[in-house]
Amino acid sequence: MKKILFIEDESALQKTFGEILKQEGYEMISALDGETGLRLAKSEKPDLILLDLILPKIHGFDVLKKLKGDKETKDIPVIVLTNLEKIEDVDKALELGATTYLIKAQYSLEEVVEKIKKVLQE
Amino acid sequence: MNFKGILSQLNIVAQCRKYGLSLWQCPQFLFLVMGLVITISTLTAYAIGTRYIEDPRMVALIVLLATAILFIIAVIITNSFERLAEANRMKSEFVSIVSHQLRSPLSNLKWAIELLMSGKLGKIEEKQTEYFKILKENSDRMGELIKDLLIVSRIETAKLPIKKMEFSLEDLVKELIKEFTPFALASNAEIKFLSEENLPKIFADPSQIRLVVENLLDNAIRYIKGRGVVEIKIESQARQKFLTKNLGGQEKNIYFKIRDNGVGIPKEEQKYIFQKFFRSGNILRYQTQGSGLGLYISKAIIEKSGGKIGFKSQEGIGSTFWFTLSIK
Repeated sequence: MKKILFIEDESALQKTFGEILKQEGYEMISALDGETGLRLAKSEKPDLILLDLILPKIHGFDVLKKLKGDKETKDIPVIVLTNLEKIEDVDKALELGATTYLIKAQYSLEEVVEKIKKVLQE
Repeated sequence: MNFKGILSQLNIVAQCRKYGLSLWQCPQFLFLVMGLVITISTLTAYAIGTRYIEDPRMVALIVLLATAILFIIAVIITNSFERLAEANRMKSEFVSIVSHQLRSPLSNLKWAIELLMSGKLGKIEEKQTEYFKILKENSDRMGELIKDLLIVSRIETAKLPIKKMEFSLEDLVKELIKEFTPFALASNAEIKFLSEENLPKIFADPSQIRLVVENLLDNAIRYIKGRGVVEIKIESQARQKFLTKNLGGQEKNIYFKIRDNGVGIPKEEQKYIFQKFFRSGNILRYQTQGSGLGLYISKAIIEKSGGKIGFKSQEGIGSTFWFTLSIK
């Protein structure tokens, strides 16, 4: 069973994604802040990381930078899932090594799940 | 006000850019011009005075004193204008912050509804589906409104980023027609598309022009009553030039036109149509939904892209909206 780490401070979203990903046959691990996210990325070795950008303790960009700077986690694909929609933010995340950048307001739940499946297949 | 404050006040170009105003709309610049005019007129008065009065120094002193007073008044007016502009900017920023904050709970709501509707948490009865649909439609509407509000606040704080590039308007329109076909079918409308062959590409920001075409197409379909036809036409303005005399010169434009046979806009409402939050009385009558921001946004985008936008409408017959954009 493939493991997905979801770093997101909104517990409502954690719950929704936990449910849908379970239904799709994935195991989801939650982290409610950046620090926990980084720790779990190392200890749990997930197959994919879903990352919000506005996070308590460590900002999403710094989490991304640290993930990509550590040889233990640098190969794990990261999907950024956020409501920040400035072009600069998108460019910055992709430059730091994010696989895909999804703006929450623009995608349905089903579309996000499709993107996750696609990245996991590659 | 300290010396540094005065110096930064003197940087008029930077000040005006902060408000997103052009020089000639900017109070600071206008008052500088006013000051110059007064100074020049004082000097002229002095020159004239030397000829006609025995002691011209007194005259000049009085005029200079008057000028100084005028200058002080001008500074006071400038400051009050500045305060006004600042308040307006803060209002737009406030709208932006609130809209952003609304997005998170709205995403939670939207996705939770989608999960419920997917039936993955248990079977839903038909009667419940109806209400889930209402929840879904209204959370989508809220999402659209927030999106529009964010664009408006960016327009008003002059922070709307424009990334101009060459692209085909024809392809963009075709893509959007495809997207809107289900909505058109549901509204009993047919979308026709006519395009001149080998149209040149336009030079603008595709994501923003997309918003404009989306808004116009959405409006055209929305206001159709009964069976309807929406007709979109794109042509290069070389041909259009023969029709309208005042478009001479080298400039080449692309002309986009969308015509519907919908309810039309009552004559007395036509002058308000591009205003923010304006919604026609016909909306209430035909119960269509919208934020009242679409045309305001469309006008701002087309004008920022260097084009023109306009419309013709007759109540009961339909409306035609058009815009032009330049070819690189």
